[in-house]
Amino acid sequence: MALTREQIASIATLARLDLTADEVPLYQEGLSRILEFVGALERADTADVTPMAHPLPGLTQRLRPDEVTEGDGHERYQQNAPRTAAGLYLVPKVIE
Amino acid sequence: MRTLTQLADGLRRRSFSSVELVGALLARIEKSQPALNAFISVAAAEALEAARAADRTLAAGGGGPLTGVPIAHKDIFCTAGMRTTCGSRMLDNFVSPYDATVVARLKRAGALLLAKTNMDEFAMGSSNENSFYGPVRNPWNPQMVPGGSSGGSAAAVAARLVPGATGTDTGGSIRQPAALCGITGMKPTYGRVSRYGMIAFASSLDQGGTLTASAADAALMLREMAGFDPRDSTSVDAPVPDYVAAIEEPITGLRIGLLAEFFDKGLDAENERCVREALRVLEGLGARVSQVSLPNLPMSVPVYYVVAPAEASSNLARYDGVRFGHRCENPRDLTDMYRRSRGEGFGAEVKRRIMTGTYVLSAGYYDAYYLKAQRVRALINADFVRAFQSVDVLIGPTTPTPAFPIGAKTADPITMYLNDIYTIGANLAGLPAISVPCGFAAGLPVGLQIVGPHFSEARVLAAAHAFQRTTDWHTRVPVGYA
Repeated sequence: MALTREQIASIATLARLDLTADEVPLYQEGLSRILEFVGALERADTADVTPMAHPLPGLTQRLRPDEVTEGDGHERYQQNAPRTAAGLYLVPKVIE
Repeated sequence: MRTLTQLADGLRRRSFSSVELVGALLARIEKSQPALNAFISVAAAEALEAARAADRTLAAGGGGPLTGVPIAHKDIFCTAGMRTTCGSRMLDNFVSPYDATVVARLKRAGALLLAKTNMDEFAMGSSNENSFYGPVRNPWNPQMVPGGSSGGSAAAVAARLVPGATGTDTGGSIRQPAALCGITGMKPTYGRVSRYGMIAFASSLDQGGTLTASAADAALMLREMAGFDPRDSTSVDAPVPDYVAAIEEPITGLRIGLLAEFFDKGLDAENERCVREALRVLEGLGARVSQVSLPNLPMSVPVYYVVAPAEASSNLARYDGVRFGHRCENPRDLTDMYRRSRGEGFGAEVKRRIMTGTYVLSAGYYDAYYLKAQRVRALINADFVRAFQSVDVLIGPTTPTPAFPIGAKTADPITMYLNDIYTIGANLAGLPAISVPCGFAAGLPVGLQIVGPHFSEARVLAAAHAFQRTTDWHTRVPVGYA
């Protein structure tokens, strides 16, 4: 299945990825190849098969009590932040 | 250079000090780095300080099973106060605020963190050519790839720069590089080792494990790493056996299933020769070999390349340039900041997988790709369940070919993806699997793969250990690194 340049642009928008003009044809080719390859799945007979989302059948996600277990580490965490001020993360203005 | 087990023993008996050991390994690492590029960060000062503390503990008659033993962590594991890059420009300046559970447990057992190993960016790759920090080279031949994504860990252990290293295996990322570098690589059952602090790629497949010289070393390291962790919602609350004791179990009567689908037309003749020879060795030890067929297994690579990118596209949405990671210069607005930060911070393969995942999860395609892949995954899993009703372990090659030249498979994504054709099945079904060296093809190592049912690590390790007690492939060291 071949994807168009427009489809690549739309996927990149959904994924919030900026692509350069040179990258578009590369991903067009690569993704088309991958979709053709995974298209082989179509031939598998999966009528009445329950989709498997987890490798340990029957295992359910545990719940934990809703209790505070972590201290306030915001100063430590914010050392990794590109821009902060007064304990807040700064981003470009969202509302005029 | 001795094995992890021997080094731990030597330190306990005070035949040498941890400071001496760390010093010697730091010198080897520094010398190897221009040729192999196996490491992203080396914690020389911190490791020497920890070694001095370990020596004091040992002198006082204290210490745990790994006290004073230096190890390396794949740079996907968070290490408090130290850079954790995941092989990506996105996290080039990221300093982990906490230790991954795996890191904390090995520290608690006494191990010292010597260095962080190079890897394919976000663990996406089979050749270690996708690292922002440059490719790793195979110590057996520097023109060849070491495999990936745990390529730095595999090369480091193969060149005896560290006695053991951690890795992660989402579709073969421990076993495939272990095979290509001639060492032992163990991927435990999904849920056996905590994923807390292990940077997420595909959450239903990712599993931490070990890269060591031998199965005995893997047993020692895994025993200290494994176990329930309330901080990982898919961690399994089941007791961890003493793998070190369990591997001495003889394999007389072990029922081995020879995986028919693994002896396909893609398998290199020399790899096949080595694997069949290994089977004769195991038969000689009292194992009974029969042929087993898993008819849906050839579908595992297409299933993986829907499921793994889908999970990756969700997991990697967190890299938005807001709280940590790369942020572009002078963003016009929030959307521009997201798009350019991600476009600049991620490498080509990571972007390809994010886009593949985004597409297969998008409206109108979800059923045809994602749900369909999850159904075929169930068929593959059912094949394994059926097979394990008549055999104890499944055996086959780890990879179709030995290590290939750097640059040989970068042009076409599918050619690269097919390197993991024999390893992905165990991830889809969450099974424990090990790769052990079983010979050489044209001077390059070949790996034998042993796969067991859920939580059968002890049996898988025992089979590998029995093989290594009668063969010496795992003791071979590349020229120049003895």
